[in-house]
Amino acid sequence: MSNTTSRPPMRVVEKRITFSRRGFLKGGGMAALGVGALSTATLMLPASEALAANFKVLGASTGKTLLQLARDIFPHDRISDRYYLQALEPLEAQAGQDEKLKTLLTEGVAALDRLAKLRFKKAYTDLPKESDRLTLLYVIEHGAFFQKVKGHLVTGFYDNKAVWQLFGYEGSSWEKGGYINRGFDDIDWLDEA
Amino acid sequence: MSAKFSLDDDSVVVIVGSGAGGGTLADELTKRGVNVVILEAGKHYTQNDFENDEWAMFHKISWLDKRISAGGWHHTDTYPNLPAWIVKGVGGSTMHFSGLALRFLPHDFRIKSTYGTVDGANVLDWPISYEELAPYYDIAERKMGVAGTKASGLPEMPPNNHYKVIAAGAKKVGYKDISRPVASNTRANDGRPACQQIGFCMQGCKIGAKWSTLYSEIPRAIETGHAELRPQSMVLRIEHDKSGKASGVLYADKDGRQHLQKARVVCVAGNSIESPRLLLNSASSLFPNGLANSSGQVGKNYMNHTTAAAIAIHKGPVYMYRGFDIAAVISDEAQLNPDRGFLGGYHLEGLALHLPFTAAFMKPGGWGREVTSALEQYDHMSCVWVCGEDMPQEENSITLHPTEKDQYGLPIPIVTKTDHTNDAAMRRHGLAAWRKVSEAVGATRVIDMPPYPASHNMGTNRMSANASDGVVNKWGQTHDIKNLFISDGSQFTSSSAANPTLTIVALAVRQAEHIANAMQRREL
Repeated sequence: MSNTTSRPPMRVVEKRITFSRRGFLKGGGMAALGVGALSTATLMLPASEALAANFKVLGASTGKTLLQLARDIFPHDRISDRYYLQALEPLEAQAGQDEKLKTLLTEGVAALDRLAKLRFKKAYTDLPKESDRLTLLYVIEHGAFFQKVKGHLVTGFYDNKAVWQLFGYEGSSWEKGGYINRGFDDIDWLDEA
Repeated sequence: MSAKFSLDDDSVVVIVGSGAGGGTLADELTKRGVNVVILEAGKHYTQNDFENDEWAMFHKISWLDKRISAGGWHHTDTYPNLPAWIVKGVGGSTMHFSGLALRFLPHDFRIKSTYGTVDGANVLDWPISYEELAPYYDIAERKMGVAGTKASGLPEMPPNNHYKVIAAGAKKVGYKDISRPVASNTRANDGRPACQQIGFCMQGCKIGAKWSTLYSEIPRAIETGHAELRPQSMVLRIEHDKSGKASGVLYADKDGRQHLQKARVVCVAGNSIESPRLLLNSASSLFPNGLANSSGQVGKNYMNHTTAAAIAIHKGPVYMYRGFDIAAVISDEAQLNPDRGFLGGYHLEGLALHLPFTAAFMKPGGWGREVTSALEQYDHMSCVWVCGEDMPQEENSITLHPTEKDQYGLPIPIVTKTDHTNDAAMRRHGLAAWRKVSEAVGATRVIDMPPYPASHNMGTNRMSANASDGVVNKWGQTHDIKNLFISDGSQFTSSSAANPTLTIVALAVRQAEHIANAMQRREL
């Protein structure tokens, strides 16, 4: 494009999270990520099963379905399950205090599984095809259960600072002096002629 | 230096609200030696309380007392209890104010003369003209430090990436009137620093570069020794004497204790929902339909601009959140042009959303890959807010709920709004124009968004030459009660396509001058 001058290239945010395993363990990263103490046995399980073990209030089976549901509602293929778990944790904590919410979630999951078995003869999480799972979600999308989970995820997922960088968003800036010297006007692909 | 006035002091001017209208009025009155008591419903936040965090600030400063959205507008679905997005706190909505300070156009003050009778609308000329207000616009631009205006002398806000993308597209499709008059310091000014391109302008400017009465007018008024600010003081009703003159206001403090502050003059600046609500809640045997409501127009003609929003996804990164939240503003479509199939006009205002709000407002209720594939391009987005003239319609209104009460024991307000047919045509035109502007610089996907909760609330105590057509005269003085004034955007007779804050400030400066002079002449 018309960028023939010697101005520096645009400051681009890498849309991925990099952290070393050592720093992760040392810094109490597991707790920060909402992952409780894991037994060796749990570590041997597939990732989603291990994460589902964190649902102490709702139980691992309901938790596993909620994790899949959360990903089907806001699917980001580059974002790992642990961020969906983090998004759901406050909801599960709330369910621990609120019997009605707990019922809504456990019965919602049970109903989704009944629908899945009726239609596909398998539980929701055992349906490998996204399109099959979506067929079921279109049936329940206006119901209280789906609405509750989705409404919660809008903030639970996207207001989680840990995922912001995956979207190229940098968050709070005042403590870094704003962007006046950090690329507020550095766009380099625009043909301004 | 704060003054302290007794509740029995009936020589003071009581100002209800401390935002653009009330804060400005306090500054301008105290400058002239008038004693004022400012009653603010919300808390007194400071810049230490401000965070660069959309949801944290939303929960901290928004007016979240229950309201009900009614009528035919989108908000009954999307935001049933949040019709309006305004602030409860010292400084009012100037904390959330984007900073965009556009003037009304001359014809905006003469919509009846310009448009004639409009089916389904309650159009009326203002009792003042653009020419009468022009000198006060100069003062307002100076007070607020509007960048790039002659009056302020401040340089223009330097273009950020978001500005450049929008301006380039606008030029390619032939738009010429592209500007960015924002009330934020482009160099140190008025004791406040220069803008550091932080973003989060609508979450309360962390460094105070963007103007807000919170740290401009209010402290200045207090410094004179003529003002007392009482935060967390919710006014419940305006009292009057036997002759029908306002005599004071009853308010509840933070502990719910009620106090009656006597007053020589009462000025109401609680925004276009709370101001008419207060007049209606002040009904008495002498004024059974509410104060200053002989016309029946209190709470009517609610306007909040014809708005829409849209996102464009570009071929390269934009990082719209870097820098001042208002980007390029295209004003070509604000001019009158009946060939477009609608009356009035609109501005296309570049307005950055940060990621959390983009996720919440892009497709409220939406889910699935349609939503997530767009959000994954957040760094490539530009975002516009269409701000257009909204026709006054009598049935668009603020009314009181017959049974449901808020924490102060006051009936909760119902905000009823239905689009005029003009609005739908304008919204369509605005969204199509944005698409063209975006595609001109190669945008690959444009997503139309429903309107946000309304931050521009206007018209519910409108100005009129005749007492039978409106609530206040050309000074904002109620037709019915001579020592009762309206000092906020509820005075507006028409909405124009311009963001209301600059006009609210200009009117408040003019009103303060009038009140101070009238007090000196013992007319008040």
